Amino acid sequence: MSTFIHFIYFLVAIAFILGLKAMSSPATARRGVQWAGYAMVAAVLVTFYLPGMHNYGLMITAIVIGAAIAWYLGKTVKMTDMPQMVAIYNGMGGGAAAAIAAVEFLRQDAVHHASVGLLAALGAIIGAVAFSGSCVAFAKLQGLLKKTYQVPQQNNVVFFLALFTFGIGLTIGFSSHPGGFELTIFFLLALALGALLTLPIGGADMPVVISLLNAFTGLAVGFEGYVLANPLLIVAGTVVGASGTLLTLLMAKAMNRSIRTVIFAPITGEAQETQGEVSGSLKEYSPDDAAATLRYAQKVIIVPGYGMAVAGAQHKVWEMAQLLEEAGVEVKFAIHPVAGRMPGHMNVLLAEAGVPYDKIFDLEEINAEFAQTDVALVIGANDVVNPAARTNKSSPIYGMPILNVDQAREVLVIKRGKGTGYSGIENELFYRDNCHMVYGSAQEVVARIIQRLKELEA
Amino acid sequence: MDGLSALFIFMLAAFTGYEVIARVPVILHTPLMSGSNFIHGVVLIGGMIVLGQAPSDDPASLALGFIAVLLGAANAAGGYVVTERMLAMFKSNKGAGEGGR
Repeated sequence: MSTFIHFIYFLVAIAFILGLKAMSSPATARRGVQWAGYAMVAAVLVTFYLPGMHNYGLMITAIVIGAAIAWYLGKTVKMTDMPQMVAIYNGMGGGAAAAIAAVEFLRQDAVHHASVGLLAALGAIIGAVAFSGSCVAFAKLQGLLKKTYQVPQQNNVVFFLALFTFGIGLTIGFSSHPGGFELTIFFLLALALGALLTLPIGGADMPVVISLLNAFTGLAVGFEGYVLANPLLIVAGTVVGASGTLLTLLMAKAMNRSIRTVIFAPITGEAQETQGEVSGSLKEYSPDDAAATLRYAQKVIIVPGYGMAVAGAQHKVWEMAQLLEEAGVEVKFAIHPVAGRMPGHMNVLLAEAGVPYDKIFDLEEINAEFAQTDVALVIGANDVVNPAARTNKSSPIYGMPILNVDQAREVLVIKRGKGTGYSGIENELFYRDNCHMVYGSAQEVVARIIQRLKELEA
Repeated sequence: MDGLSALFIFMLAAFTGYEVIARVPVILHTPLMSGSNFIHGVVLIGGMIVLGQAPSDDPASLALGFIAVLLGAANAAGGYVVTERMLAMFKSNKGAGEGGR
């Protein structure tokens, strides 16, 4: 029986890898996650038949409660709230890994090898950090936590806390009978470490952090897999740890920031003082003005951002784009790699609205085109179009590649109000001579533009 | 399992993870992150093993095992639903940009 179960685990591991592979191409992505889904169910079912298992009642109760709540929330949450759902489910995986380590520590006969104790402790720390870090990320994205917090000497505190926690982890991992008190302190410190790492990080860096925490959870699962001598957990966890790390690096590269600077030198509004005065004034357009400007342009590039996501305006935006195309305007969508709260966030929303892939362009593909564009329409994006990233060395986002919307003949910015972007940085673009502001929720403004476009055709 | 073979498994799995997503289009970054989030939901299996093998007279292990299974199940189920919902949106215009960007 045991051999059969492990053979199923082997097939499940293959299905996970193939599923992940399929998920990296749009045509096969859906099939990929379904394969992985069936594999997961199979793995759960055979696990019930492992030798020496009992407590079935508790097991089934926990599975039903956990899966039902998560399933329901996952089904009902709005598309725009997806990033925080990924964050919170990721945190739960980390928490599960930490809890597994805790049970292993409590086992009287545990710790056969030094390596088991070491990896159990490492997995416990990483899992707990992923758990509390993801909870903080969730609270921030959900808007429950609006500010960033930092302790004095943040980096040193984090460093010594990590070292100290790891030290306690080692003593626990190597002792055969760790006390409950010791364990409690250890997990509390690890949880505090995760929160401390994530609390100061704000704004533009959030996607990178979620991806990093996702990779962390993968690693923690892989380590606990070793502790439990279960190759399925090792393979699945390590694959996620490695692919998650790569994804994190890709994202960080898109922002021209290293992981180290994201974690240890977070973007906050505080660097503002050193910034130069912005010159010029904000010039306002009504949605009607904007409609006319768009209608009589040859070429329009739409740059969506988080503002579009919050307003849920993607369907309206696509409707507007179609009207413009009917009127003979060339319309393209330009997506910054970190627009929104997660990489690809905007792609997902535009796909939801039905925008074809061939109208959506990456930063590298489209940046040269802005100079030949009549109107760049920025919808609720801010930091990703801030020219300070190119020119102002003292700006916290200096060096991040941006969409060069300021090179378009005219820039229209739909924005809720006069505030700064998510990272709290003033945007000099809005004060440029070729830039006009259209204030209001993206949903309402675009609806009004659509109405006006229809009137112009009539 | 002996430490050295485990080390080999770690190494091979890490390269696999790296290769599998090396050429993923930006458009799929979010679904892929969500998909890999679902896959580490396999931690549920680990939770089931520790809970299933915990002595019935040890309330601390039972409670922690219960939490592990609960959280693992939420990770797996939630991760699946969220990924599936995101990818479902790509169905309507499948083929429009095959291979995509």
